Amino acid sequence: MISAHEPGTSMVHRTPVGAKLLALFVLAGAVFVLGSPLWLGVLCGVVLFGYALARIPARRWLRTARALLMLAVFVFALQWWLLGGQAALVVCLRLVTALAAANLVTLTTPVDDVVSAVERWVRPLRRFGVRPESVGLLVGLTMQAVATLSGIAGEVREAAKARGAERSVTAFAVPFLVRTLRHADELGEALAARGAPDR
Amino acid sequence: MIEFSGVGHRFGDRVVLSDVDLTLPERRVAFVGANGSGKSTLARMINGLVLPGEGRVLVDGLDPAKDGRKVRKHVGFVFTNPDSQIVMPTAGEDVAFSLRGTGLSKAERARRAAEVLAEYGLDGYAEHPAHQLSGGQKQLLALCAMLVLDPAVLVCDEPTTLLDLRNKRRFAELLGTLRQQVVLVTHDLDLLDGFDRVVVLDGGRVVADDEPEPALRYYRKLAE
Amino acid sequence: MPDVPAPRVSLPAADLARTVVFAAFIAVLGIFPGIYLGGSGVPIVIQNAGPLLAGAILGARRGTASVVLLLGLVAIGLPLLSGGRGGLAPFVGPSGGFLIGWIASALVAGLIVQRAERPGLPVLLLATTAGLAVDYAIGIPFLGAYTGDLGAAAVQSLVFLPGDAGKVVAAAVIAAVVHRALPGTLTRPVVRGE
Repeated sequence: MISAHEPGTSMVHRTPVGAKLLALFVLAGAVFVLGSPLWLGVLCGVVLFGYALARIPARRWLRTARALLMLAVFVFALQWWLLGGQAALVVCLRLVTALAAANLVTLTTPVDDVVSAVERWVRPLRRFGVRPESVGLLVGLTMQAVATLSGIAGEVREAAKARGAERSVTAFAVPFLVRTLRHADELGEALAARGAPDR
Repeated sequence: MIEFSGVGHRFGDRVVLSDVDLTLPERRVAFVGANGSGKSTLARMINGLVLPGEGRVLVDGLDPAKDGRKVRKHVGFVFTNPDSQIVMPTAGEDVAFSLRGTGLSKAERARRAAEVLAEYGLDGYAEHPAHQLSGGQKQLLALCAMLVLDPAVLVCDEPTTLLDLRNKRRFAELLGTLRQQVVLVTHDLDLLDGFDRVVVLDGGRVVADDEPEPALRYYRKLAE
Repeated sequence: MPDVPAPRVSLPAADLARTVVFAAFIAVLGIFPGIYLGGSGVPIVIQNAGPLLAGAILGARRGTASVVLLLGLVAIGLPLLSGGRGGLAPFVGPSGGFLIGWIASALVAGLIVQRAERPGLPVLLLATTAGLAVDYAIGIPFLGAYTGDLGAAAVQSLVFLPGDAGKVVAAAVIAAVVHRALPGTLTRPVVRGE
């Protein structure tokens, strides 16, 4: 399955999904509450240390760093103009710290692990009719639908072009939605035929 | 007249067409071949939906690579699934949609649309919701939306795949009556009565090019 | 017919399928590049019109569910946002509030559309406008928390207003045509052609 995950065996990779998410939420909260550039700088350093600890290969973190840097420069310039230098620095540190931390969690956690973690977490909801094992299935079904709809989008765009309407939003969106709804009906029938509960 | 000279094409690493040289002056031409033989790609080149990677295509002297818009006015295209093509809620509005930008008044566009619908077996359906038509009627609607512009050439890419036997026959008969030059891409060998020329493609190359009888004999042998 | 395993969920199959397929629809709006809006020369990303369309076409319950599903898949790391973005970073970034606001967008647009017997253009315009408004109502304070200045956040968001206004109108027009083309879409599965 396509994802942003970078396989590895480091301590960060081996930390359970729940712990990583908890750490991320605590960190994100702290980033919002703290207003001092010094403390924000320390947190930012901690996150960067996490990257080193996870031994993320250079090509991956360089790409992230470049995107973050571009965003940070833009945001810094804008905030400096609107709010002044000190505030701009605080905003940029918040931004870089939070984004880098979230990205680190995503990089070090395979989708399948998150899926099984979510399945574990929703187990208590069983008595409300939620079936934990359906989480993984939802992921698979949606990814399959993305592939099908991408094909349909291509066909519809071609048809719009053949009608001389390649610039018309309606000529693309309406047939695309009609075929999307029909595909949903077919999928619904296929699921019902295979024993999913129907009304 | 449709001319392919030295046409080749690839999608990424996959070669879909190579060395296609064809001159097609006939009124009824069919492209036949297995899935992935390149027949659909070749047909799309006739109105510039796909531009050739190598070589050149000319349609009545027009080059799709240079005059895309002109070529698409000159060549109509009917797809396998009419749902891709139907844009407006009712049959009449959808046919009239083709006429936007022609400078005709709204009333005139509606009148022309109703005329074309009547001519091709959808008389009285102008106000009908397009998506509640039967599969056969929807394919007729897609055809009407193209014919209202009176193109010189009509390309149909497996137009009968989603139709039942009766509608398939009716569609084929209708194609026979059109004054347009017709290029039909199909698996369905029953549709080829009255065709002048059948081009068989295999692995992106023309492997047979003849009258229907001998070409189809070759195609059947290829399939075995 | 698509070849799929049978799920064991307590949603009726048709509802489940619509939710899944619309989550995919919004994703594809982001993946599929270059849609030309209203004759402009620059292709623009229209993914953020997706939640409005989901609410306006499927109604509140299924529309909201499809947005929640999409955001859930993004959060676990699938690159389904425009530009191939995915993971948790989009949620904690400065525009994270606008993303979370998509859920409210679909809900509000859906609730308004459901009140109409046969949703026409005025109702749909109201629905998509209100949907965008709640997205801004969540997104701007979130951005404000980042910058520490709500006013500045509001001013910055104005840059997107003209484009978003265009998308609101386009989404309403498209939804109106779809509802006319497939009447009953809000309440039951699509009437089949044959």
